[in-house]
Amino acid sequence: MGSVLRLPLSWLHEYCAPALDAFALADRLAMTGTEVERVEAHGVSAVQNFVVGKVVHAVQHPDADRLRVCQVDTGDGQPSQIVCGAPNVAAGQTVAVAKPGAVMPDGTKLKVAKLRGQPSHGMILAEDEVSIGTDHNGIMVLPDELAAGTPLADVLPIATDVLLVEVTPNRPDCLGVYGVAREVHAATGAPLSPPPWSDDPHPRGDLTAVAIDVQCPELCPRFTARAFEDVTIGPSPAWLKARLMAAGQRPISNVVDITNYVMLLTGQPLHAFDLDRIAGAQLTVRAARDGETMETLDGQTRTLDHEMVLIADAQGPTSIAGVMGGARSEVQGSTTRVLMEVANWDGANVHRTSLKLGLRSEASTRNEKGLQPESALEAQAIAGRLMVELCGARPLAGTIDIGGDGPPLMTIALRDARVTGLLGIEIPRARSEEILAALEFETADTPDGLAVTVPAFRRADVTREADLIEEIARLGALEALPATLPSRHGASARLTDRQRLRRRAADALTAQGLHEIVGWSFEGPELATRLRIADRPVVELVNPMSADQSRLRVTLLGSLLDVGRRNRSRGAGAMRLFEQGAVYLPGAERRPAEPHHVAALLSGPVRAATWRDPGPPAADFFTAKGVLAGLLDTVHVSWSVEADAGSEPFLHPGRAARILLDGAPAGWVGEIHPQVAAAWDWSGAVAAFELDLDAVADRVGVARYADVTTFPEVREDLAVIVTDTVSAAEVLAVVRQTGGGLLAGAEVFDVYRDEQRIGAGNVSLALRLRFRAGDRTLTDEEVATRRRKIAAALTAQLQGRVRDS
Amino acid sequence: MTDRITEIEREATAAIAAAATTTALEDVRVKYLGRKAELPNLLRSVAELAPEQRAATGQAANRARHALEAAIEQRGGELAGAELEQRLVADRIDVTLPADPLPAIGRLHLMTQTRREIEDVFIGLGFTVAEGPEVETVYYNFDALNHAPTHPARLLTDTFYIKGDSDGVDIFDPEAALLRVHTSPMQIRAMESQPPPIYIIVPGRVYRPDSDATHTPQFHQIEGLAVDTDVTLADLKGTLLTFARAIFGPERDVRLRPHFFPFTEPSVEVDVSCFACVKGITAGGQRCSLCRGTAWLEILGSGMVDPNVLATVADNGYDPETVQGFAFGMGIERIAMLKHSVPDLRLFYDNDIRLLEQF
Repeated sequence: MGSVLRLPLSWLHEYCAPALDAFALADRLAMTGTEVERVEAHGVSAVQNFVVGKVVHAVQHPDADRLRVCQVDTGDGQPSQIVCGAPNVAAGQTVAVAKPGAVMPDGTKLKVAKLRGQPSHGMILAEDEVSIGTDHNGIMVLPDELAAGTPLADVLPIATDVLLVEVTPNRPDCLGVYGVAREVHAATGAPLSPPPWSDDPHPRGDLTAVAIDVQCPELCPRFTARAFEDVTIGPSPAWLKARLMAAGQRPISNVVDITNYVMLLTGQPLHAFDLDRIAGAQLTVRAARDGETMETLDGQTRTLDHEMVLIADAQGPTSIAGVMGGARSEVQGSTTRVLMEVANWDGANVHRTSLKLGLRSEASTRNEKGLQPESALEAQAIAGRLMVELCGARPLAGTIDIGGDGPPLMTIALRDARVTGLLGIEIPRARSEEILAALEFETADTPDGLAVTVPAFRRADVTREADLIEEIARLGALEALPATLPSRHGASARLTDRQRLRRRAADALTAQGLHEIVGWSFEGPELATRLRIADRPVVELVNPMSADQSRLRVTLLGSLLDVGRRNRSRGAGAMRLFEQGAVYLPGAERRPAEPHHVAALLSGPVRAATWRDPGPPAADFFTAKGVLAGLLDTVHVSWSVEADAGSEPFLHPGRAARILLDGAPAGWVGEIHPQVAAAWDWSGAVAAFELDLDAVADRVGVARYADVTTFPEVREDLAVIVTDTVSAAEVLAVVRQTGGGLLAGAEVFDVYRDEQRIGAGNVSLALRLRFRAGDRTLTDEEVATRRRKIAAALTAQLQGRVRDS
Repeated sequence: MTDRITEIEREATAAIAAAATTTALEDVRVKYLGRKAELPNLLRSVAELAPEQRAATGQAANRARHALEAAIEQRGGELAGAELEQRLVADRIDVTLPADPLPAIGRLHLMTQTRREIEDVFIGLGFTVAEGPEVETVYYNFDALNHAPTHPARLLTDTFYIKGDSDGVDIFDPEAALLRVHTSPMQIRAMESQPPPIYIIVPGRVYRPDSDATHTPQFHQIEGLAVDTDVTLADLKGTLLTFARAIFGPERDVRLRPHFFPFTEPSVEVDVSCFACVKGITAGGQRCSLCRGTAWLEILGSGMVDPNVLATVADNGYDPETVQGFAFGMGIERIAMLKHSVPDLRLFYDNDIRLLEQF
């Protein structure tokens, strides 16, 4: 979520140096709100065997054109012979030497070696070999005043721990070394050096070398510029290169390195123009025109729109404001006059621009967080000094400053009672004061607390009392915070009926031997095609991770089939699975409906084969219906099914049914169409159901007591032959209707077909009828009468033949 | 007459003793005490005897009948016991054959088990379980939760957006539809529908475009929200301590680490003390692999509800000057992974039956 600042410990120590190693410091920072992702060792991990050496003499290698054999004094008394391939090595040089035993940054340990027959006791170093630069064209030549044998680490920053500081979006002030130093000071109490911009020697006056026009001040609250002449472009000194390398920036040239260095130090991006290449010696900050193009430093041509801000000269755009400079006005080797621009931009606008262009830079990641106008001149102060020191530049008098400092500093009332009330721990006012002062907030006593003035660099982040309380909490309260429970004024809790139903439904399925799976909410168009429901409306993602996760599921069946196939490919036989969760059905609203479904899939033996029952029956339609019954009967809803050959195209048309709750459809149960099953490499029956649990929830009843013990039940069997176009449900409906109040229940217990005995196209259903009265024991006569009426009704209404028992 | 009775009794007693099976004994009983047997007949005809004979004969016959009945019962008990013994011996089975169980009970997915476990802890603490939509709007997912327009989580790289009428999306449109990246939008929906005090948890499915051993594009969270007149950060710590002990064991401790979340202020991350080691070192003297030797496991993010969040629902009684509260959000899978040593989040969505059966 946050951005990462690579913070070399050695650089931090210049401003704040607590007596903690990198890991202890990381822990302390973590406990006060600055996460350190990890600590890395930059450069060499052990500084032993890296020393300053003097090349006593160097001669051509007898057997290699490009090698020289050098005698190098490394302070051991006796010069060592080192073979060196660098073109610039020469007698009399002071150089950096890795002696045998030295461990290089890549982990290899240097040994005495022979190069083309000549023994070499170590290596004369180029800067890239110890990760303090990128140059490999020649060895580093050090100042002559250094004595042979001096530990190299005393002279060059060849080893430093680097803290990878995770900076949360609210703290852009910590995207600079000095900002983190402030935090380290507050967290550890170690003294903080004055800010590196506190001394600004830049000459005052009027800068006329360039004219600046800011046309959109609301998007560019501050624009500052300073100019430098007699600039000599060249490589940066070793210390600067080493710092940039450790901080993860490639050194390029002194001017560019200065802008990067100052940005890393202050968090404020800078841009250096070649002043002579600013056409018309004028810069305009304005909104881009739709379709306007420019070439950025990375060599890409960018097309802009009217919401983007750019900096233009007389020839057109030279920079995309806050994001990246252009190639046309870039500083190059021949540059002698530099315009240093440091501006403050509207963060949200930079963010949009960077998003739209797909262009992120160190500058944009900082600018988009919303920096403070004050830091523009802070960056100018440091950059100006370095331009003079490192590039021999002569500053032109004057600073262009359009917009000036940010709004007046805000003062917030902090109530003692509120601090205690929010945190639940008493914080003395003096402690609050102490913490806030360490963070550079100014405080003044008020009757009920403090008036706290927020420093500019925290202006965006700390705007309310709660924000101040957070500062106090993180530095002064969390470690000692007691653990209490809310007083909870009368609030009570329970699961809703719907939530309880879901639990009972899941339990009813596991009780029947089904395992629950959790599938993906995503599916691909290909799945819908295989299920033959490609024509159904679906919710589609703008930015899916892959085509097969590009839309939201409309059925749970897909994931059950997928999981079934995956498990079978791993050797599983029988499958008894269920899943519950939302499906997503687009409607008129912008958001889809999300009914909570439960679905089950069954195939293969209904129970594991054992030595006593080696061939248990395979699951089929009636197994799925039975599992469904187990679920619905457990939650006491009245339900039924009716044949439905066409609604669900993935079902076997002869073995498909609609689930009805009080006559209203709420799902399906059936066997998967053999061709659909085959698309999941399945042969044999695959039975399944899917049920809208929300529809069930609306109908869950309260079970009422029924007396089953006071008066006995009388059971009668009855067999009826009907044509097989008559469904069992129709037969039972006639039975129930005719049986009236005395019929306590009727079930089919046998189904029989026999062309010879009952005729082709006929089926004999054996029914068990249960009669009971609530107030008396039924007489044989009463039951017989009722049974006769039922038989007569079956004959009259369904042309049934009742076989008398 | 009494002589005859004595004789019958002697004869019958011998026959009872001689009966070798319960069937034979029943034959004896029928023969001597059955409906057509001599002794009962004798008893029935006592009335026909001369008055002076009646008493003596009746008494003798009765006594004999009781004696025989007792003898039969005793013999019957002996024989039945012996016969059962024999039958049980004959019923011997090979107990080492494999079991033949009733249909095996299925398992709830580990995610569901963990979710229920967590829900039940919080129900006990007085938190109602609320659920909200998975397809949300930019307003509920980001804007109302105080996410700056520049917050990186809004980007297409971090959030799945839903196609509307066109193939693209304006991610700054508050009404734009997306897959919620956290369960937090329900904070707003719940506060819109219920005035304070409110104590809820929100379990549910959330989505982020990410996939590796610790990230899947869909996962599950449980959000918590408590807003009342006097809910404190210390109450947050106590609530989460209770939770941590319920889930990870009574010895656990928690610590709060400051952090940043847009919708809480102050914000903290919560660590629970590692249950696999003592101060980072396992019982075997090794550096603990679960907590990587740190002795703490990060379990969730939380904080005090930001006043800006309350302000969006101020009309419903959530004036930030009069009510305050805490919120937290945890990953259900993460809790399950920690508790059950599951090494890879993706295993939750693989649904290998051999894995499902382990929990």
